[in-house]
Amino acid sequence: MPALTKSMARSAIVLGLFAVIATAMVAFTNNATKQRVAEAKRDYTLRKLNELIPPAMHDNALDQDKLMVKDVLLDKNGEVPIYRVQKDGQISAVIISCVAPDGYSGRINLLVAVRRDGSLAGVRVTEHKETPGLGDAIDTNKSDWITIFDNKSLAAPEETRWRVRRDGGEFDQITSATITSRAVVKATRNALRYFERNKQRLLENS
Amino acid sequence: MSQTRDIMLNGLWKNNPATVQILGLCPLLAVTSSIVNALGLGLATILVLVISNGTVSLIRNVVSNEIRIPVFVIVIAAAVTITELLIQAFFYDLYLIIGLFVALITTNCAIIARAEAFASKNTIRDSVLDGMFMGLGFTAVLLLLGGMRELIGNGTLFANIQLLLGEGSRWLTITVIPNYDGFLLAILPPGAFIGLGLIIAGKNIIDQRLKQRSESALPQTA
Repeated sequence: MPALTKSMARSAIVLGLFAVIATAMVAFTNNATKQRVAEAKRDYTLRKLNELIPPAMHDNALDQDKLMVKDVLLDKNGEVPIYRVQKDGQISAVIISCVAPDGYSGRINLLVAVRRDGSLAGVRVTEHKETPGLGDAIDTNKSDWITIFDNKSLAAPEETRWRVRRDGGEFDQITSATITSRAVVKATRNALRYFERNKQRLLENS
Repeated sequence: MSQTRDIMLNGLWKNNPATVQILGLCPLLAVTSSIVNALGLGLATILVLVISNGTVSLIRNVVSNEIRIPVFVIVIAAAVTITELLIQAFFYDLYLIIGLFVALITTNCAIIARAEAFASKNTIRDSVLDGMFMGLGFTAVLLLLGGMRELIGNGTLFANIQLLLGEGSRWLTITVIPNYDGFLLAILPPGAFIGLGLIIAGKNIIDQRLKQRSESALPQTA
């Protein structure tokens, strides 16, 4: 039946055309916004980094001296950046970007700032999908829970106490978000362990 | 222009996508834990509805009946992806919160329902208008539900508004109940279901009252 074939061919062509046009438009928007998205991401990272390291502690742009490392303590799946903070030609601290793989709703991306002496300058969450109103209290926009890590180190509290209170540890869990809190505590501890093991290399001037 | 009035009234009240058509519940229930999330998703939904309704209406005579649904799906998916990219570029902080749900607008049945039921049969002007007012009606319910849940759950209104409107708007945040411990149920998913149920019930009561009033206002005939 040529009539049917013809209408089928026509439909197929129209459908194909729409797919091409729609893809082209998405590609165009992607191209047009790519730079802005990258800038927004960098802005966001810089802002988070600057929250952790006060201006008095550094004299370089914080995202300038960046190492890419791969270690199961930081991320099971891939490389993560470590930002080295410089002051007067010395590395005064490092900001380790790491992933807590076991949040309540998946991965939680963290920035862990460790001073030269191994104490924490602070921890911040950069990306998470935790429950709004509960687990999202790990975000400084919602609560200041995450500041419980300030000035802590692997020595104080001792390593076995690096757990949430419910598990017999030192750190208060967020009410109704124990899994989230547990994941953040564990990832922070792992970042500190990584720092202790790789201290030499991390603090050495390149 | 009674047609225009009808379209507006339909979207906002008579045929409201959330309370009457009960469409798009997935994003509706998921993001309404605060006014700011609700507003962000509402604006994104309005944008997608306007783009998709406008495009569908524009191509309604080109696309044959058999392939209209896949074409609508392509149009909607493209509109959502573009909206998502724009939010990512211009409201990155907000994107981090509602980003997951922006992609889910694709699955908001209200959008394909409007494309199929309205835009594929009407002029561009009416379709864009319909998209806009359906979106506004949807957003109104989002805001109402978001407001209820935020108020009962956290004791605040407009918390984190700076994510949407910039640092200058921080003053908009109202702490209605200071030192409030929060009522978790309102923030959790059950709170969304209960809240939406109450809103729909409230709308039905108002409709009934209006109907009774207009009936009793009619002259009595024997």
